[in-house]
Parts: sequence; C-alpha cells; structure tokens
Amino acid sequence: MERVILHSDLNNFYASVECLYNPKLKGKPVAVCGRVEERHGIVLAKNTLAKKCGVKTGEAIWQARLKCPDLVIVPPNFDRYLKFSKLAREIYCDYTDQVESFGLDECWLDVTGSLLLFGSGEKIAQTIRKRIKAELGITVSIGVSFNKIFAKLGSDLKKPDAVTVITQENFKQKVWPLPVEDLLYVGPSTCKKLRSIGIFTIGDLAKTDVKLLGEYFGKNGVMLWSFANGQDQSRVSNIEATHTIKSIGNSMTMPRDLVCDEDVKVALYVLCDSVAARLREYNFYCTTVQISLRDNDLYWYERQGKLNFPTCSSTEILSRAFELYKANHKNNKPLRSVGVRACGLVSADTTQLSMSPDFVNMEKWQKIEGVVDKLRYRFGHHSIMRGILFADRNLSGANPKDEHIIHPVSFFNGF
Amino acid sequence: MANKIFVDVVVKYDAEGNIIPLSILWEDGRIFEIDKVVDVRPAPSLKAGGQGIRFTCRIQNKYRYLFFEEPRWFVEGS
Ligand SMILES: [Mg+2]
Repeated sequence: MERVILHSDLNNFYASVECLYNPKLKGKPVAVCGRVEERHGIVLAKNTLAKKCGVKTGEAIWQARLKCPDLVIVPPNFDRYLKFSKLAREIYCDYTDQVESFGLDECWLDVTGSLLLFGSGEKIAQTIRKRIKAELGITVSIGVSFNKIFAKLGSDLKKPDAVTVITQENFKQKVWPLPVEDLLYVGPSTCKKLRSIGIFTIGDLAKTDVKLLGEYFGKNGVMLWSFANGQDQSRVSNIEATHTIKSIGNSMTMPRDLVCDEDVKVALYVLCDSVAARLREYNFYCTTVQISLRDNDLYWYERQGKLNFPTCSSTEILSRAFELYKANHKNNKPLRSVGVRACGLVSADTTQLSMSPDFVNMEKWQKIEGVVDKLRYRFGHHSIMRGILFADRNLSGANPKDEHIIHPVSFFNGF
Repeated sequence: MANKIFVDVVVKYDAEGNIIPLSILWEDGRIFEIDKVVDVRPAPSLKAGGQGIRFTCRIQNKYRYLFFEEPRWFVEGS
C-alpha cells in the first residue's frame, strides 16, 4: 500500500520565534547569533529580510553586518525553541503517533493510518499548517508525498506557510528538474563528484545507469539513485525532537570558596536539583554525569562517570557527582565554581524498566521530586528546600534553574 | 516590552483540572473581576509578543485577552 508521509518544516524557526516575542522586530532584518563572548559569534538563523540581504547561517556577525548594515542581532533563547518545538510536535501527534524529528524544527509524519479519520494527506497538511499559524504564531511549510525523501523535498519547494504535494504521477515534472543537491544526503562533495560525471539535476541522477553509480559511489550511489526514482522505503521512526539536545547542565560561581565536603555537597545539591528538574521538564533521563570544578587558582577540569541506569532523579545524579568529586579532587583546594551536567540523554518514554531494588528506589525518588517540581511551580522555588541547604543559605540561596544552558547537537539546520 | 503586562491573577483549578481565571489584580491595586471566560485556546499574542493559553474574558462588558504563558499571566497593553 502506498504510504502518505508529511514533512513539516518550521520556517526560519529561531528567527520566527524571536520575532514573535519581540513585535518591534517586525519589518527588520533579524539574525539570531550565538553569544560573541562564548566564541560563537556567528549567525545561527535569520529571517526572510536578512536572507534577502545575503546573510548566511554560519557566517560571522561582522561578515553579516557588511552585507546588511541594519541587521538586528538577537541572542538565542533555546528554551523558547524547545517550547515551540514541543508544541508543534503535540499538534502533529493529534494526527498520528508516528512522528520523527529531524532537528528542532523539522518532523516527518506517517499519516497513512489516519486517512480515514482525517482525510487525505494534503488535507491533514493544510489543517496542520493552519493550526501552527493560529496556535503558535509562526509558520510551517509542509511537503506531502509517498516517501520521506520527496516529502522533505516538497517542504522546501514552497515556503513559508505552504503545502506542496508530490505524487507518483507528478514527481517527474516536479522533482526531476531540481538541482541534484536539493536531494537529502547530497552534500557539497557528492554534488561536485556528480557534476563531474555530468549529473546536474535529480532527473539526471534518476536516469543514470545504477551500476555506474554503484561503481563510482558504492552503496551511497545506489541509495541516491533510488531516492531520485522515488523508491525510498525508509520508515518514519518515533524519534523525539528532544534527542537533538545533547546535555543539560548548570554551573555556578560561588559567593564564597567551597572549603569542605559539606560545602561542595550543598552546591552540588542545588545544581543537581535544577538539572534534574530540567530533565523532567523535557522528559529525559541521563546516563552520564559530568562535573566541572574550578579551584581558587582558577585551575579548571571536568570529570564524567556513567550511571548504573538512566535517571532523572536529583538524588542519583548528586550521589554520582559527589563520587566524582571525591575521586578526583584529591588536593582539597578551595573551589571557586562548580558545574554539573547531565549527558547521554535518552527519552523517558522509551527507557527500559528494570526491577532491581536500586531502580525501584530511584523511581520512588523521582516521584517525590516530581511533586517538588509541582510545588515549586505553584508556590515558588524556595517554597520547599532540602534540609542540607540550610547549612549555608549563601551557598544554597541561588535559583539556578532559570539560568540553564542547553546544548543542541548542532546549531545548524542538520543538512 | 511595554505592551506585555504581566499581572497577578486569581485562578480556580476545578476538579477536572481546568484552569479558570477569576480576577485580575492590576499593578495600581485595582481588581478586575472576570464575568465570563468565553473562549480558551492556545494562541500567540502578536501584539505583546508571546504565546500561551489565551483566555477571552468578559470584563465590565468588554472583551479582553488574558494569556497564560507558563508560569506567568499577561495581558496586552494598548
Ligand atoms: Mg526550518
């Protein structure tokens, strides 16, 4: 049976979200740029007006300013992008449970099983397009096709706020004239090689002898040939958007140096609590804990260690973090700042359950901490505190969660 | 932003878990009772800049949007 696949792409995602939050940016060229002081003084995303001036993702801010002197530079707010990514995904999930994320702003949806319920693929795509605009205030372009590759291609053909349908009947007219680099997985070097043997369009690729492609490019050549001919069979897997987040971490410079184990424990507690709360917020478990320590000579180092099982429990993260500290901080120098990072993130929904007593105990803690999250949400961060934190309110008084740092796999748009 | 006005809101959580705003406490101390919530939906605020659950409220015979942008509430200024 022919599948019906949608590829939905949030247009100029980061820039659109920033413009939504700041109506004064309307009508101005805008670029979202990584923070200069953190070395990422580069363009992460831009809006349509900036694009028209030739501003490119990945270039330095000064280069962008040369092309577009009026360019408004705004810093990224990953929390907002995560929120919008999640909201978009929730809308997709109203139409199918087969949703595969590709970065924060793109998803494939297999709606084959939903056609009786909601109408044709095109109809579902139009509904989603309208809902995203009405409920989120940003736009999507959606490609509808019988495989993932053409659906993705379709979402690029007309944007913003548009739907493109590519069928068995029309793909030769719609897809084949396009440049070969428009095909997913044809990167710059493959493109160059293809051109060198006279393949410029997707149609050229489709009509080339597959044996020849196999000789030139191996398995990849055969794969690309089948893509060009609409024979991609890959399934829409259920991968959470949140997989694009690599780690959740937090660090603090202390109001005074940490001079004993107890001090360090208080600081780690505050950090672990906040990291764990954020893990739960984004529905993650972590499998690895990393600590970073800076002593009063400003010597800095990081250590990491695996956990016995994935967790979002602050207590588990804390005990591993404290072990790492004890095992590595042998000189006992006073510490100026500490950091905790949860790495090796996995989706909480797909994590295997274990029956070991440790695991059961951990689950219990997670439940308790979930209740703490809710209390804090309703009554404020300091409404409920760990007893140990009263040892020194100077060290524990901070509410670090709001200053969280989240690291996506890539600042760029995947391919 | 000047026209994104965060406000204190008195809210009822009903037994089904619905959130019903009852009154808005203005920054100058005035209290506005919400006579009726006529519409609830997720929506952006293009005017104030934001996105959340939008409550269309009848207050003193005028209709006004009240947004719940977790964890805060805001209204659109003029
Ligand atoms: Mg996009």
